[in-house]
Amino acid sequence: MSKSGPGTAGARYDCIVVGGGHNGLVCATYLARGGRSVLVLEAANQLGGGAVTCEFSPGFRVSACAHLLYSLSSRVTQDLDLPAHGFTLAAQELPTVALSLDRTPLLIGAQALQAQGTSAVSSADAQAYRSYTARLCQLAAALGPSLESVPPRLASGAWADRLSLLRLGWRVRCLGRRDMRELLRVGGMCIYDLLDEHFSDELLKGALAFDAVLGTNLGPRSPGSVFTLLYRLASAANAGAHAAAAGSYSQPRGGLGALSEALAKAARAAGVQIRTQAAVQRILVRDDCAAGVVLESGEAIEADVVVSNADPKATFLRLLGAQHLDTGFVRRVAHLRTQGLAAKLHLALDALPAFAGVAPEKLAGRLLIAPSLNYLERAYNHSKYGEYSSAPALEITIPTLHDPQLAPPGKHVLSAIVQYAPYALAGGWDEQRPQFTALLMDLLERYAPGIGGQASSVQLLTPRDIEREFRVTGGHWHHAELALDQFFMVRPVPGAAQYHSPVKGLYLCGAGCHPGGGVMGTAGRNAARQVLTHAA
Amino acid sequence: MQTAVSPRHDAIVVGAGHNGLVAACYLARAGLDVLVLERNAYVGGAAVSRKLYRDFTYSNCSYVCSLLRTEIIRELALPRYGLQIIPYEGGCTMMRDGGHLALYDNHDALRREIARHSRRDAESYERYSRDMMRHCRFIKPLLLRAPPDPTSFKPRDIRELLYLSRHFRQLGEQQMYDTLRFWTMSCADLLDEYFESTIVKGHLAGSSIIGTALGPRSPGSAYVLLHHYMGNIDGSVGAWGFARGGMGAVTATLAASFQASGGSIRTAAPVEQILVRNGRATGVALADGEEIRARIVVSNLDVRRTFLETMAAADLPQEFLQQVRHFKIRGSSGKLNIALDGLPRFPAIPAGSPCARGDLHVTDSIDMLERAYDDWKEGRWSRAPYLDILIPSQIDPTMAPDGKHYMSVFVQYCPYRLAEGSWNDVTRKAFGNTVIESIARQSPNFKDLILHAEIRTPWDLENEVGLTEGNIFQGELTFDQLLFNRPIPGYAQYRTPVRALYLCGSSTHPGGGVMGAPGFNAAGAILRDMRRAA
Repeated sequence: MSKSGPGTAGARYDCIVVGGGHNGLVCATYLARGGRSVLVLEAANQLGGGAVTCEFSPGFRVSACAHLLYSLSSRVTQDLDLPAHGFTLAAQELPTVALSLDRTPLLIGAQALQAQGTSAVSSADAQAYRSYTARLCQLAAALGPSLESVPPRLASGAWADRLSLLRLGWRVRCLGRRDMRELLRVGGMCIYDLLDEHFSDELLKGALAFDAVLGTNLGPRSPGSVFTLLYRLASAANAGAHAAAAGSYSQPRGGLGALSEALAKAARAAGVQIRTQAAVQRILVRDDCAAGVVLESGEAIEADVVVSNADPKATFLRLLGAQHLDTGFVRRVAHLRTQGLAAKLHLALDALPAFAGVAPEKLAGRLLIAPSLNYLERAYNHSKYGEYSSAPALEITIPTLHDPQLAPPGKHVLSAIVQYAPYALAGGWDEQRPQFTALLMDLLERYAPGIGGQASSVQLLTPRDIEREFRVTGGHWHHAELALDQFFMVRPVPGAAQYHSPVKGLYLCGAGCHPGGGVMGTAGRNAARQVLTHAA
Repeated sequence: MQTAVSPRHDAIVVGAGHNGLVAACYLARAGLDVLVLERNAYVGGAAVSRKLYRDFTYSNCSYVCSLLRTEIIRELALPRYGLQIIPYEGGCTMMRDGGHLALYDNHDALRREIARHSRRDAESYERYSRDMMRHCRFIKPLLLRAPPDPTSFKPRDIRELLYLSRHFRQLGEQQMYDTLRFWTMSCADLLDEYFESTIVKGHLAGSSIIGTALGPRSPGSAYVLLHHYMGNIDGSVGAWGFARGGMGAVTATLAASFQASGGSIRTAAPVEQILVRNGRATGVALADGEEIRARIVVSNLDVRRTFLETMAAADLPQEFLQQVRHFKIRGSSGKLNIALDGLPRFPAIPAGSPCARGDLHVTDSIDMLERAYDDWKEGRWSRAPYLDILIPSQIDPTMAPDGKHYMSVFVQYCPYRLAEGSWNDVTRKAFGNTVIESIARQSPNFKDLILHAEIRTPWDLENEVGLTEGNIFQGELTFDQLLFNRPIPGYAQYRTPVRALYLCGSSTHPGGGVMGAPGFNAAGAILRDMRRAA
């Protein structure tokens, strides 16, 4: 059944990377620089996976999935020399603005709080914010290096594994007794309790809790939500945003898609071959080793190593096939929690919307609708029963303020991440998309009166859409839920946590493996290092 | 205030709960002159048998016996003093729509019953029980050891850490990963990995929320399952039973054992303050002003009550006090003790089946439990609560007059503070009715049989037993308050910032349940310190 297309007859590569997402491109580049001949196969006609810029309405473009950068590994940026390949930032250190209907918004900077207009937070809270931020960043810094290294195997007997465990232990020890104890205490705690220990201001607590639950299956009261925040801070630290708790957000010029283009340029410059609209149908296995791939066109391409940027379920259950794996492993993969809860809302606006109490220049920040801990928790409650939030939490950006190119002159784009919108919605998304969209517009109308009239076009991407358009099983931004029981040496599943799978020659490099999602590039880099050390 | 100064004791134990008594027993057996002081007119704390209505005996707080460590029962010779634990078999989980899952100790019978709901689940149940037993076997040896301080370089701590890592490695690689995941995942996710049937999951999830401020979907709730799997009667793991004569029998026999080894107990002697001089505990002052001196003071009270209400703030480090204020101890459970004129009929349960003599639950799905939790978060009792019902008088005739019965109903969730209004006779009655109605839905003749009902909210539990916020575990069982974090990081070895002052209650490792382990471990730490001093 494998017919080679013209030109590719007998084509053979050292490595094939399945999927041209940012991690795939990063991985491919490192492999090519390691002297491998590399082919990247992307199903879509546009590279970048979740990091793409799409035209959702004539003349209006937006970062379709992720819309802010906060964790792109500075190491990757340097190694791949992205600036030289056209990667520039339109804005950085975006402050966070916590919106509220009954008081003027709160401006949350990296180190300090500034209240807009009259509504200042108590000086006690302002003080607490400084110590809280500093403390968390310090704890996160101890975890940072672990994100950029391959997770160790337990009881493998290999010195490398023991060393990396010892290193982690040592870094934690080096925090000193007080901070080490604090890390071991808060590590498994819920953000709700931690914030209650430090603050009294509900608006502030809501905003700070939002970052802990963003993109997760957790509410503020869910134990482990402090860990997801620490993880976020650790990756931010690796992105070079030290001691920046709230404000380490930046926006690439041209949207996230521009980053992917820069990554693609870097890859090509390193000698990587890239083919788009080349959907892989299955991974070839010969003598229990990965031997290449077969495209949906039927074309077969051979390679010694196949690196999958696809999510673990797609890789193992669809592309590879359970028959090549033992049942225990298949069960673990099948049980991987991969259902997303975050939707994406895009508005094409005729004019700049007026958010009550927000000075126009502050609109350039990151606007949060998460006015209190209980608001967030209630929003989460619905998702537990397969309902969408009746009062959702939003992270809003207006990218055109920094990057007018994204819309026709004078017009604007609003991009918002919406939680919670469960993948498995009772009643189905096709039926309920209109209601939910209307609900969101009503919510926005309350914060930005008149915005409905300004919107010439509205696009809602539910986890279902994200699954379809970005080929991510379950539509989860991190490919697999980021939680303590799916992290580090058990991510995605034991037996594949070191980027190589039970099938020789098959590797993973996507957000499904350590250290997970967010536009970081670290998974791709770690995977490449594994491939190179193994083959060497 | 007149101050009579009585002779100095070796040790004073504040509070005659089961842990206080266990600690007292071990100290007395080591030859110390030990005095136990109890605020109430009776000993037992939350393990008591009360006669509150005619000749009915209520186990009106804790109500079943299983976690009590066999080592303790043996060493303190409790059976000699009359402790008799009667295992009960089976039970039944009843759904609101009339469906049910009968529970049998007989493995094949249970398999058949589960298969009635799902053949696949009957298969998975084998795997599930095996895995749960493995998790129990892993944690069991840790219960009777003081957790090491991971930040310390003391030989003992390092030795314990090495023991832990060896113990962990013995699991083998795959099971090490499983254990890591088990400790951090939610009960709902765990069960989804084994079962498909709603009621099977709903039934098993029940024990993951008892006494907690978590829902079955909260990460960390899987671990709580263990606290209810660690049951152990005569070596049969997972078995549960009644103490003949009610839970008071446990503490009564502990008290007898304690007195037999020379200890003395004073009831109706509420401790007002733990006295400290130059950073060292020197004794206690009673409410009536009497001061009693001792070389060491051991507090059976929870950590909040001990340091915030029974000590002078000046005697404690500021940072430590702050940590104590942050200790999570939210109450979430209620209880009804009901005197019945006869045995209620449960149509779901076939007449004469042993199930009726066991553990009866009212729940039908994880969603129901989760919604019950949502109510608690909003500061109201669950509209459709999870109920754990037992009728001990069927097995233990001493609990009620002939032909009559005593029913114990444990209710999850019930908040300590109500969002609207406060706890008073009206709200308490309304709460009771919610519970009685949901039982009545399962048993047509139940309501007509009620002779008397004692309704207990977390608020009542705090006022009667002294458990802060009515938390039955003396502190929530979440990661941040387990092992070396329990109760306060750096003070997990039963010692406190004040020399000669120790904790022995469920606030300390390994936590709540009528287990006795904290008391046992505390005594161990105390005796070690004394040997070192000597």
